Amino acid sequence: MSSALENAPAPVPGSVGTPPRTGVASMLSRGHVGTLAALIALLIFNFLFTPHFATMQTLSVNLTQVCVIVIVGVGMTMVIATGGIDLSVGALMAIAGAFAPQIFQGLLFPVPNLYVGIALGIILPVILAGCFGLFNGWLVANFRVQPIIATLILFIAGRGIAQVWTNGDLQVFKVPEFQQIAIGRVFGVPFQVWIMLALVLISAWALRRTVYGRQVLAVGGNEQAAWLAGIPVRRVKMLVYVISGVCSGIAGLIVIAMNSAADANLIGMGIELDVIAAVAVGGTLLTGGRATIIGTLLGALIIQLVRYTLLANGVPDAAALIVKAGLIVLAVWLQRQDRA
Amino acid sequence: MPRLHASAGFGALLALVLIITFGAWRYDGFISEYNVLSVLRYNSMFALVGLGMCFVIMTGGIDLSVGSVAAMSSVVAAYLSPYGLVAGLAGGLVAGLAAGIINGFIISKMKILPFIATLATMLAASGVALLLSNQQSVPASYETNFMALGQGDFLAHAPEWVTGDDAGLLGGLIRILFGFPIPAWIALIAYLVGSLILNRTPFGRHVLAVGGGEEASRLMGLPTDRTIFFVYVMSGFLAGMAGVILAAQFGAGQPIEGVGWELFAIASVVVGGTLLTGGKGSVGATLVGTLLLGILFTVLNFENGMGWISLSAYWQSVLRGAFLLVVVILQSRLTRSAAAA
Repeated sequence: MSSALENAPAPVPGSVGTPPRTGVASMLSRGHVGTLAALIALLIFNFLFTPHFATMQTLSVNLTQVCVIVIVGVGMTMVIATGGIDLSVGALMAIAGAFAPQIFQGLLFPVPNLYVGIALGIILPVILAGCFGLFNGWLVANFRVQPIIATLILFIAGRGIAQVWTNGDLQVFKVPEFQQIAIGRVFGVPFQVWIMLALVLISAWALRRTVYGRQVLAVGGNEQAAWLAGIPVRRVKMLVYVISGVCSGIAGLIVIAMNSAADANLIGMGIELDVIAAVAVGGTLLTGGRATIIGTLLGALIIQLVRYTLLANGVPDAAALIVKAGLIVLAVWLQRQDRA
Repeated sequence: MPRLHASAGFGALLALVLIITFGAWRYDGFISEYNVLSVLRYNSMFALVGLGMCFVIMTGGIDLSVGSVAAMSSVVAAYLSPYGLVAGLAGGLVAGLAAGIINGFIISKMKILPFIATLATMLAASGVALLLSNQQSVPASYETNFMALGQGDFLAHAPEWVTGDDAGLLGGLIRILFGFPIPAWIALIAYLVGSLILNRTPFGRHVLAVGGGEEASRLMGLPTDRTIFFVYVMSGFLAGMAGVILAAQFGAGQPIEGVGWELFAIASVVVGGTLLTGGKGSVGATLVGTLLLGILFTVLNFENGMGWISLSAYWQSVLRGAFLLVVVILQSRLTRSAAAA
């Protein structure tokens, strides 16, 4: 319960306490100091020692690689905030990614023109992924199946569905209009980065300032208490899995748009680990009740930068895995020390 | 409450019997010696991993690292296989044991959630495996008898009167015993020992007590931290054993094998009726669960062989998922009706 209180929004006017912070300051709470410091230290190290670090290209490469993880991480943070977990994100990305090309190429049903096709090819797969998310939420909320098991079902079966549907074949397409969602640039920044930023800002705001956001944290902090307080626990839980599904769907579309091909065997493979690591490093409490979307963004950036730093300095990718493992344990351990 | 887990385990056994009967009725060669032995040989690895997972889950934890620990052990075992069976076996087991000790330490001493701790060691173990093997599979030595751990049996040691053509029914049965693959023997012995540990030793009772209520167990003076530590050590050890068998069965250490093993193991534990919340469970039912999931795959292969339908290998994961869904929903119903009663 105390963790839910820590997250309380602006204090009642006139009461003693910290003054309400606004704008960016309100989103960057005290808990981010450590994460931010680690990120800055990494950046400084790279500026000093990594050749060609301070170039637009490096920035672009790192941002595009982190985008998908952050977008999925937004949904994952919400799920973890309720004390749950979603292992099925990679599989849902594969489902959305496998269906989209068939829709905008008019293979499933005739589409009147390219733009309607693309619109449907974006909307329908995302809705589909959301429906699969709803299925996860339904299992968790109605059958009280542990989240790790409930989402394990689609983790196993979801990719299979996408593979069966496409027969495991690679679908190559060349539709530049669709691919704009990943590689198009606005003010020189890839469009997918804008999507990521929009999702992060909206959800960070929603988690802090909306009734639903508070309910998510309350359920994660103490489900029983939340229920007694009249919060519709089931509905709250179900919806976070839908959000996670939708985020995964969007991420799946970005991946295929980047590659101009959809491969159900590979889209989002193993991403759940990267995403959970980002959420953990970002400072979201894995037991629920305290969550920070901005933290997830920072966490993903840290993990990506660590990987990049190691690679750019000649350390093999396999060793980077070990470093990532150490990082996760360290971050969660520090979290514990912080609370104690 | 014991009625609950007995009934879930019984359900899995019934399903196993039904599916075997169905297979035997529908497909030629389903219960042929060749098919039975290859199913046993292949699934012995999953059975070992599932046993470790079963103990971990009974304490209310989870071990996501088993697959990559097995992969790491297979690499170590393959490297040491030229020095003989014992060296390869010992190397693989030590690698698994080390991973288990690290897991146990992080979880019981640093108090980090099992799920996140083993996620980290999963990454680390696969990193170690890739580094050691230079990202390639490591051929195991055919010069020594290391391969026997994965492919061998005791047929060569069988008396002559059971291997001959005129062996008769009794001789034939004994012959099957001798022809039983060595990895399956290892799994069988592991399950017997596991069952004894769970039901007949203080440690086994502590495992269930900790799973039933960690805080209550601690207040009662049970060594909860030590119990938790040792279940992860055990799981690592068994994953190491599975890795040794993996290397011996496929003739190479496989740094990228083992992906998804943890989920397969969790699924077999759940299918066997062990409660995921801990505190209850059965070792035997986990074996049944492993065989059930393994045989589902075999049935699918045979069905494809019949030529009526052509289900790609991708259906396997869809069916496994659907199967898990049914079990999970049934378990949830059972748990609730037991709670209501």
